[in-house]
Amino acid sequence: MIDWVITTLGHLPVVVRTVILIALFLIPLMLSVAYLTYAERKIIGAMQVRMGPNRVGFFGFSLWGLGQPIADAVKLMFKEIIIPTGANKYLFIISPILSIAPALAAWAVIPFDKGVVFADINAGLLYVLAVTSIGVYGVIIAGWASNSKYALLGAMRSAAQIVAYEIAMGFALVGVLMAAGSLNLGEIVAAQKGNIGHWFVWPLLPLFVVYFISGVAETNRAPFDVAEGESEIVAGFHVEYSGMAFAVFFLAEYANMILISGLASILFLGGWLSPLAGWDAATTLPLIGPILDSGVHWLLIKISFFLFVFLWLRATFPRYRYDQIMRLGWKVFIPITIVWLIVVGIAVLAKLPPWWGA
Amino acid sequence: MEQILFYIFATMVVLSATMVITVRNPVRAVLFLVVTFFCSSAIWLLLEAEFLAIVLVLVYVGAVMVLFLFVVMMLDINLARLREGFTRYLPIGAVVVIMLAIMLGMLVGPEHFGLDKFEAPARQAASYSNTRELGMVLYTVYLYPFEIAAVILLVAIVAAIALTLRRRPQTKYQDPDIQVAVQRNDRLRMVKMDAEKRK
Repeated sequence: MIDWVITTLGHLPVVVRTVILIALFLIPLMLSVAYLTYAERKIIGAMQVRMGPNRVGFFGFSLWGLGQPIADAVKLMFKEIIIPTGANKYLFIISPILSIAPALAAWAVIPFDKGVVFADINAGLLYVLAVTSIGVYGVIIAGWASNSKYALLGAMRSAAQIVAYEIAMGFALVGVLMAAGSLNLGEIVAAQKGNIGHWFVWPLLPLFVVYFISGVAETNRAPFDVAEGESEIVAGFHVEYSGMAFAVFFLAEYANMILISGLASILFLGGWLSPLAGWDAATTLPLIGPILDSGVHWLLIKISFFLFVFLWLRATFPRYRYDQIMRLGWKVFIPITIVWLIVVGIAVLAKLPPWWGA
Repeated sequence: MEQILFYIFATMVVLSATMVITVRNPVRAVLFLVVTFFCSSAIWLLLEAEFLAIVLVLVYVGAVMVLFLFVVMMLDINLARLREGFTRYLPIGAVVVIMLAIMLGMLVGPEHFGLDKFEAPARQAASYSNTRELGMVLYTVYLYPFEIAAVILLVAIVAAIALTLRRRPQTKYQDPDIQVAVQRNDRLRMVKMDAEKRK
């Protein structure tokens, strides 16, 4: 059956095959986005000693509220999309598309396992950085086209914040690039091969922290969600959006969260490499050996961990004040990354074991 | 296939660049400039210059144009005042435009291009890393120009910050370092006293 599918796919034209593969990838991604919202409500509920959604189920069974994301999606699809008077109609409709397209396009270069990647390009890391930097246009254009003061305020905040944190994020990625000696994401994971001690999270620990916090800021998640800021500017840039147009912004935000988690796992935690790799006693066990060995499931576990941290941060921290966000980005993160780049440079030149030495 | 892509993107570059100068709304002009950058980066990709193409998107689309938009949205541009006196300035403007067109034609006219002037770039194998090659050339052959450009940019950054750095004595601002380092004794004085008795 699987062989038949692979040979049939091989005979199809490249464009058709790619479209089928993209569809096969997008459906699970969209489902994970839907259930990430469920996980968010359940986890934050548990952290605040509440139940979270527990009513909507299937066929009369409540099933801990597992039907909730489906119900939400159906509700949003059937709601009317209201275009405010005085809004710039074309830009108003284009901006949700502009925010979700980069969030999905960046997945093209993410490797899930050795060689399992849509486009194995040399400049993968740069591509990810460039594509994710386009996502801010969705927010800015949405804020401007809505013809609303709250939306414009949210867009302005978002623009300044994303420019500030992109620099810190870029510098953190330069550290990874120096450590791995390649911009190809597959080769970056290959450079961390060995055991858990070979992962880049150890020599690049400050860069890892800066990268993840900048990632939280880039996705406009709490505690950096000043672009939305429910208690100050209602809902910020998407205050005028309703129905599916709003849902697309929502999808983009969660897809970006998954993307940042995936990148953090690939760049710093060895991607699909198992933490038990190199410990032959475990990986050659009869039944559970293949599970303990490297594989795509380890990448998924790492992504889930980072997503949990995203939700954990949201439940824990109050929103940053705007000037302190700017201070953290420009005056704390950028100096840290620059200093650590010098440290990494020296370590690479000195062939510091076990990462760059024998 | 490659030619079709080239013509699609080239047409889009020309169209959107024209829109940048003809469209009335400044925010829309900036957005068309973004489209222009994006399409030119696609053309660079067709030339196998993937590093430059991606950096164009990263730097110009991702950062510079965001700041442009930021400023343009803040400005309250009065379009009626900008357009008044259009006929008065038209003759001078026309002369400048004609001169510019002639000079551009002399410098980058059609006689300077063509396959006899430039060889078609050689196709590279898939393992060819544009980034590595560019880095090699930049840090060996062109090291001094590169470093000089870097220093000039640094000076510009320092100058820009120095120009905007004014500390007015009456503005109030907070220093988070001091806020974080605050101790109980700075804020609170514990006093030991006997309980008061009703007389």
